[in-house]
Amino acid sequence: MAAPRTFISSSSSAFFGGVKSALTSVFVLVLMGTYIGIGALAHDFGFASWWLALSTVLVWAAPAQVILISALGAGATLFEVAIAVTLSAIRLFPMVVALLPLLRGPGTRLRDLLLPTHFTSVSMWVESLRLLPGISHERRIAFCNGLSVGYMGTAVTFGFVGFYLAAGLPPLLAGTLLFLTPMSFLVSTARNARAMVDRLALVLGLAIGPVLTYGQVDLDLMWTGIGGGTIAYAVHRLREALR
Amino acid sequence: MNAVVAELWPYLVLILVGFLPNEMWRAVGLVLARGLNEDSEIVVWSRAVATAILAGVIAKLILFSTGALATIPLPVRVAAAVCGFLAYLVMRRSVFAGVAVGEAVLLLGGFLFAH
Repeated sequence: MAAPRTFISSSSSAFFGGVKSALTSVFVLVLMGTYIGIGALAHDFGFASWWLALSTVLVWAAPAQVILISALGAGATLFEVAIAVTLSAIRLFPMVVALLPLLRGPGTRLRDLLLPTHFTSVSMWVESLRLLPGISHERRIAFCNGLSVGYMGTAVTFGFVGFYLAAGLPPLLAGTLLFLTPMSFLVSTARNARAMVDRLALVLGLAIGPVLTYGQVDLDLMWTGIGGGTIAYAVHRLREALR
Repeated sequence: MNAVVAELWPYLVLILVGFLPNEMWRAVGLVLARGLNEDSEIVVWSRAVATAILAGVIAKLILFSTGALATIPLPVRVAAAVCGFLAYLVMRRSVFAGVAVGEAVLLLGGFLFAH
């Protein structure tokens, strides 16, 4: 449902148009809930609120931040955390590849693409692919940056909200805030898992992860990902071959 | 000196094991900007690995909870997650319904059975 191509007079109005699109989209509600949960998680594991804000700006991927906070907080080695974060982030690569051709025009310099590349994450990516075709080429980068700043500002703000709510609420209510992260990630991951291979990977991860943790296996997150993901992928290939 | 290091250490950790391992894949996308099909085999595999890792983290957060969530008994946490997921399925795959029902069951169970 691409909007008709609109004429935008300047880069700054394209930027603010992007901010407005972000704040009026449904993703802003999702980000509020997600980052309230992550804020509570960061508080629970003993991180500073500014550390969380910086992680939102620098990492800008909610799954990677949840992995980072929970693994560091549970005392995993730095090597293990880095491996788990990087395995969760490979999906960003094809997203950037799909986004950049929409932003690149005849006069686009590499450095103009640095910010949109860093801003690439699920919410911004889905909305950019939907809205950019309706925007004139020379305003797309400004619009995309505005969209991302709108989302990131929301995420940083509600990270603080979740952090200080968790600090001030009685344990039962703080517990329900902490439950936001696993609950919302469980259903949103299930929702994103359209193909059989993704659904199988979800079920295998849910099963293998706790078993390896219970057995105190080293690098449990890495083995959960590589093991569960590869088994799901192998089953998918086998089904394709048998068809 | 040691106090300064201790103060900055969490931020150094954030950059080393959070920012860099995550950002490198965006940089790879910028450099190798040639078409990589969403259905190519390596993309399918990497998505499955990412999904399995995230699922493992979700399960750990529910089963091996810490802090305030640990004051709510394990059976209540598991029941809340199951009810939330069923509500998501029943309510035409609504993420909001899943989270709302899961949270409601957790709150009720926690109110009745918290340590």
